[in-house]
Amino acid sequence: MSTTSVAPIDQIKTTPWAGGRSPFSVEYGKMMMWFFLLSDAFTFSALLIAYGSLRFSAKAWPMPDEVFQSIPFIKEHGAPLVFVGLMTFILIMSSVTMVLAVEAGHRGAKKEVSWWMFLTVIGGLIFLSCQALEWTHLHEEGAWWGSNPFKSATGLPTGTNFTNLFFTITGFHGFHVFTGVVINIIILINVLKGTYAKRGSYLMVEKVGLYWHFVDLVWVFVFTFFYLV
Amino acid sequence: MATALTVNNPELVHVHNDHGHGDHHHKETFLTKYIFSQDHKMIAKQFLITGIIMAVIAMILSVLFRIQLAYPNTAFPFLQTLLGRFAPEGRLDPNFYLSLVTIHGTIMVFFVLTAGLSGTFSNLLIPLQLGARDMASPFLNMLSYWFFFTACIIMLSSFFVQKGPASGGWTIYPPLSALPKAMPGSEMGMTLWLTSMVLFVASQLMGGINYISTILNMRTKGMDLWKMPLTIWAFFVTAILGVLSFPVLVAGVVLLVFDRSMGTSFYLSDIVLNGSVLPNEGGSPILFEHLFWFLGHPEVYIVIMPAMGLVSEVMAVNARKPIFGYHAMVYSLIGITILSFIVWGHHMFVTGMNPFLGGVFMITTLIIAVPSAVKTFNWLATLWRGNIRFTPAMMFSIGFVSFFISGGLTGIFLGNAALDINLHDTYFVVAHFHLVMGSAAIFGMLAGVYHWFPKMFGRLMDEKLGYLHFWLTFIGAYLVFFPMHFMGLDGVPRRYYAFTEFESMKQWLSVNTFITWAAIMSALAQVAFLYNFVSSIFFGRKASQNPWNANTLEWTTPVERIHGNWPGEIPTVYRWSYDYSKPGHDQDFIPQTVPFSQTLNSNLPHDFEDDPEVEKMQTEWLKKNSPSQEVK
Repeated sequence: MSTTSVAPIDQIKTTPWAGGRSPFSVEYGKMMMWFFLLSDAFTFSALLIAYGSLRFSAKAWPMPDEVFQSIPFIKEHGAPLVFVGLMTFILIMSSVTMVLAVEAGHRGAKKEVSWWMFLTVIGGLIFLSCQALEWTHLHEEGAWWGSNPFKSATGLPTGTNFTNLFFTITGFHGFHVFTGVVINIIILINVLKGTYAKRGSYLMVEKVGLYWHFVDLVWVFVFTFFYLV
Repeated sequence: MATALTVNNPELVHVHNDHGHGDHHHKETFLTKYIFSQDHKMIAKQFLITGIIMAVIAMILSVLFRIQLAYPNTAFPFLQTLLGRFAPEGRLDPNFYLSLVTIHGTIMVFFVLTAGLSGTFSNLLIPLQLGARDMASPFLNMLSYWFFFTACIIMLSSFFVQKGPASGGWTIYPPLSALPKAMPGSEMGMTLWLTSMVLFVASQLMGGINYISTILNMRTKGMDLWKMPLTIWAFFVTAILGVLSFPVLVAGVVLLVFDRSMGTSFYLSDIVLNGSVLPNEGGSPILFEHLFWFLGHPEVYIVIMPAMGLVSEVMAVNARKPIFGYHAMVYSLIGITILSFIVWGHHMFVTGMNPFLGGVFMITTLIIAVPSAVKTFNWLATLWRGNIRFTPAMMFSIGFVSFFISGGLTGIFLGNAALDINLHDTYFVVAHFHLVMGSAAIFGMLAGVYHWFPKMFGRLMDEKLGYLHFWLTFIGAYLVFFPMHFMGLDGVPRRYYAFTEFESMKQWLSVNTFITWAAIMSALAQVAFLYNFVSSIFFGRKASQNPWNANTLEWTTPVERIHGNWPGEIPTVYRWSYDYSKPGHDQDFIPQTVPFSQTLNSNLPHDFEDDPEVEKMQTEWLKKNSPSQEVK
């Protein structure tokens, strides 16, 4: 067989999907993170759909403006949604600092990465503390799983599913934030130890960044459903 | 040239190893090699053996409750010896009967046919058939197994708590699952069930994202998506299905856990328990059913699709023909995947669902019969005029198709909202899903075990025992499940402890006895398999490198199953995996690693994907070598 004369016949394609490389030029860990987030998005969607179905089958529902009125240590009543607005702002700012950490990572600037990661951790911790204060305040007003003191706009009792859903879903989200803070701290330690500088890539910062932005994004939905509508 | 591909150069292994787990020189202890292994082939074997053990346990449970159904009025002292307080005076306790049914279903659906099937064959075949050294993340892979193992232990431990395992059915509908005081199985047993399942879902998630990123990222040179074997396509869409549907179960379970322990009312409303009115209001058990079946229905496709992939591959190899309609097979898998997300309501036709919504779910359900039928006809067409080798794996594959047809036809009855009002929760349903996903999926899995045994253990399983196993199981399964259709049509409800006590159903006792003895026969037939499996690991005939003359990449790896899979460079892929009995070639198979320049006698225009230049070269070569054509 004259194999040399027909060599082009054996040429394999070198297009992105033809094998031998990642079609999206994405490292496997980052791809795993994307699929994990997709999966987690389904978890939160399921919870929020459950919220919707229970809310719309309820006879009455409390007004968020009346439930969330306090600013801890400053004002007991009369400041609807101010505190949660602050919380939301802080969480979104921590996403901004995360973006800056990732950007600094691309430049390989270790000092800047650790500084922005540190601020992201602080932002997460402040958010969690605010959530703890809000929960404590609501608990003192008699709200908890299985008990709901809040009345509807027309003064009707509203069943317990408002508080049930509130504590379960914001709790589930808070658990995600907590996990994110723990992971961010681990990454921060690795940054300080120089693990990624040695590796020559701050990809890990990018991956936890994805998770952190996701948790933020979920909060936007949780915030909308519980505090705004 | 093919010889250039098998250069034996161990240095290259390190060069081509992206993830640094290919260190051949480090010492492996027993612990790192067999227990906390990160090698995908060992993890596959761990999944397989754990799955087989769980299957045997679940099968024994089914024999226990079959004894009760066949002899509702007879005491069997050995039952008390075996089960103690769960069978006082040799009669099965009614609550324990419900536990048996529940745990049988749970173990079979999740632990055997999800983790045991996907876990084994995705782990084994994805790297081997794609030309990868290992999974994308071997560590996550190991973690996936150990989460699964822990879930198994917790599930089984529920047999050792005071009130017995969960007993609300494998679908754990509230309120039975939400109120610990509802029945004995709602207490500790249900808590353990939920704990076990959360770990199980975590295991599935870790496995799933690993399978997906391995398939997307780590295909060898030349292995584009349309050159992948159907096994890989099946594992790929199965993993996607799992990653997207299991989290919804997690959400449902989170709410259930709060209902159980925090006094919430997500699924509870207007309930009287033991004479006292519960304060819960505003919840809905239907909400749980929606969340459960959003997983639950994709789950049955998570169970059946890997089996479909395995069967497609085994059939093409043993019919010595290309799989019929390769593209149609892939598109139908994708079609099933998408449709499986929008059919869950057909489990809930009798929940008071709006008939219009029921109609929508009915239509989507019936549409899913189209891709299923495409696959069935393609399997039959693959067999048609094939040069069939009836290996045990091939027998089980054909058995799979048989079950899939028999069980699939009744699916069309059940998918019909009007008929389902009659058939819902009867033995007709039991017969349907035991054939179409139970028996069929287990046959797909067994076909895989017989076919890839040489790849896992380097030896072949005994064929004679394989045939014995096949025929007894095949006939046994039909004898067990076929009569159930008639019981169901007569309205016999499933999950009842002693329905023959009802006057109108007394006549079914003789059928029950018959089914039980058929079940015992099929269970005993598995002894042939277990003996064959274990003894072949140690004493089976040594396998050659490519015992089935198959095309896929796993048969180009050495029999010794080395870490990193290929010594030297990973082979390049030139063609699809189904070049069997290609006209003009001197052998009836052409492995994927053989370049077209070596098969000029058999190349076809479409092999070159309409590249006119190469086609011209091929035509010119044929002209030059026309005498050899005339000889034919």
